[in-house]
Amino acid sequence: MSAPEQGSDFSVPVEPIDLPLPELVVVLAGGLSHERDVSLRSGRRVAQALRSRGLDVLESDVDSTLVPRLGETPDAVVFPVLHGEAGEDGALREVLALLGVPFVGSIGSASRVAFDKSIATTVVADAGLTVPTQVALPHEIFRELGAQALVAALGDQIGFPMMVKPSRGGSALGCSKVSTPAELPAAMVGAYAYGPVAVVESFVEGTEVTVAVVDRGHGPAALPAVEIRPDSGVYDYTARYTAGTTRFLCPAELPADVATRCADVALRVHEELGLRDLSRTDLIISGGEPVFLEVNVAPGMTETSAVPLASEAAGWSLGKMCADLVAVAAARGGRPAVVAPA
Amino acid sequence: MRHPWGVESTPGQGAGRDGSQPPVLRRQDTRLDSYVDRYAARTHGMTASAIRALFAVANRPEVVSLAGGMPNIADLPLDVVGSSLQDLVLNRGLQAMQYGSGQGEPEIREAICEVMRLEGISAHPDDVTVTVGSQQALDLATRIFCDPGDVVLCEAPSYVGALGVFRSYQCDVAHVAMDEQGLVPEALREAVLALRAAGRKVKFVYTIPSFHNPAGVTQSLERREAILAVAEETDLLVVEDNPYGLLGFDADPIPAIRSLSDDRVVYLGTFSKTFAPGFRIGWVLAPHAVREKLVLAQESATLCPPTFSQFAITAYLAQHDWQGQIKVFAEMYRERRDAMLAGLADNMPAGVTWTVPAGGFYVWVTLPPGFDAQAMLPRAVTARVAYVPGTAFYADGFGSRHLRLSYCFPTPERILEGTRRLGDVLAREADLMSTFGTSVSGPRTPELSTHLAPGTNQA
Repeated sequence: MSAPEQGSDFSVPVEPIDLPLPELVVVLAGGLSHERDVSLRSGRRVAQALRSRGLDVLESDVDSTLVPRLGETPDAVVFPVLHGEAGEDGALREVLALLGVPFVGSIGSASRVAFDKSIATTVVADAGLTVPTQVALPHEIFRELGAQALVAALGDQIGFPMMVKPSRGGSALGCSKVSTPAELPAAMVGAYAYGPVAVVESFVEGTEVTVAVVDRGHGPAALPAVEIRPDSGVYDYTARYTAGTTRFLCPAELPADVATRCADVALRVHEELGLRDLSRTDLIISGGEPVFLEVNVAPGMTETSAVPLASEAAGWSLGKMCADLVAVAAARGGRPAVVAPA
Repeated sequence: MRHPWGVESTPGQGAGRDGSQPPVLRRQDTRLDSYVDRYAARTHGMTASAIRALFAVANRPEVVSLAGGMPNIADLPLDVVGSSLQDLVLNRGLQAMQYGSGQGEPEIREAICEVMRLEGISAHPDDVTVTVGSQQALDLATRIFCDPGDVVLCEAPSYVGALGVFRSYQCDVAHVAMDEQGLVPEALREAVLALRAAGRKVKFVYTIPSFHNPAGVTQSLERREAILAVAEETDLLVVEDNPYGLLGFDADPIPAIRSLSDDRVVYLGTFSKTFAPGFRIGWVLAPHAVREKLVLAQESATLCPPTFSQFAITAYLAQHDWQGQIKVFAEMYRERRDAMLAGLADNMPAGVTWTVPAGGFYVWVTLPPGFDAQAMLPRAVTARVAYVPGTAFYADGFGSRHLRLSYCFPTPERILEGTRRLGDVLAREADLMSTFGTSVSGPRTPELSTHLAPGTNQA
């Protein structure tokens, strides 16, 4: 596995390039996805963190007033803290680029690939990283080919236990661990409640960690891994958003070489998927090897989220990290989403 | 060369940041809640909920929410209320903004007796205790009657907010069957006898006789008499919750159970649906010994119920045709009920059935076997329609084949659109059911009921 070439010492926190801050930051949160509530919590925290650094912040939902409002604030930088569809699937980012509005985070096309687990996993696997065995299935295929035959084939191919997830979505919504064939149909129905395509993956047993990658103007740097130990054994919605139900260790309790590999993997994912500014890669350490589960272009920033913990562990307040990201976006300016072929 | 993060084994300063040495970090080991080991046992289950979070989406204008129970108070005469409040502040402000009696102000207790008279109740103001909405009446009644582990009997299904109160006092809820006339007396008798035979303490039966939330059914007078007879026979206390009784569409109100018995019934009432919920004024009418304890419990809970709200409501009742206003409300709700029933008739797939309420806010829908309304809710929200899954109204995880639709807040046009969207959602769910089979059966793992329903300020 080759390390990315750009930058040096990029898992070491370095002071950002001294960049001017914009007059106004528009924090986008809410939206109509299933994760609206989480997004509102993340957005409030990011907005408060930016205000603590003296920035002028406007919190905005995503509705028909947004585009005119952005037109009235030409010098603003947008910080999208939208989870789930529209926010993470790239659609809104395409619009921001179209409007020439500078924004924090990955561009639309990269977000679209990263958000869809069925596509992102393939790209990451093609880059030589370890991923679970995965099958992506739209619900129509079960109807057309017969559920029984497909369920049996999944059992043979993936084996039990397996994970069933909606292909697009976060916060573990619609995700189930399936231990027996009898549980699979209900798990599929549960995943399809959140979207038309589900992925079925081999269940990877091991230590759960998540690694944020942040670019504060010097190239991407991995923050220390956050190890996640939910009391219930399952890092589901309740374990994610109920303070006290999950133990977080940062840096993770890992041998130094494994911690390095986790940082390498997160940086490789960030680079291979063409991500920008900020991402968070979720991994399971199995037999000392990090296995890629998914990557988030708008990672959670709530009171119980991992990225703020990692930022603080690295010695930066969340406000400092967010302000640096805003400064980088402001310096970059608004650019068209469509990149001309080389 | 990149560095892994070094970790200090002993407490120390934060990350080194000179850029030349591996940074030395002090490992954080946190649950993000330093009080996690100190909470009372009754907080168990007070967790984040994915279903509850969906109602944040349902509250957006793009979504037709048939989930919430907010009364539509747009028809209130705000000019009348406004000038009445101005008079109140200018003329009696020093009294209205002062502490008041723990039992509630004498004037409003007299007025409450007039309100209850419309449903056949003859009561003395001394036996009325004013509360912060009838929700607090329920809380105080449970507080004075129930120890942890006591059993409260509830209809199947029952009001989600009541289940939350019983849970918070660590009571066990046993559900009792209903039919098209509400609580089934014979099932009530069997439940009481079986529980007592098993050594359980049954403290009371909680019932909503008129325009039931969520089931939409109403007990006939004969049914009320039969329920009371079982209560007499088994020496059971009845807690009668009647928020919607005056919001009937067709006939005069059926006499309350309390009108049939002075000493076996604790009766809960509210101004939230007949006037406005923001004042947070309800009441409990109870036999004198019970009332004494309710007043002491109220004093320890709030010192006194909101004085200003009590004066405001008293003035409204004195200065406005409040009974005429209730008729205006009822007509408006009837039109919405009709829209709901028409929309359901047009849009529900075969095999779906629903109740036809003669008043109140809610229709209770039963889906064909195998459907799971709770699992289906994300799909509905994607289709921009919301409801409350039936599981919210059961303490034991049952109810997944049901859902509650409310017609109180959206306009008739929006209600029709909501039923169209719900029809599409059910059609797609039926498609999935036919593909995967109807493997869902039995109860879900019980979740806190209030996790499965929207907050009071959500449409």
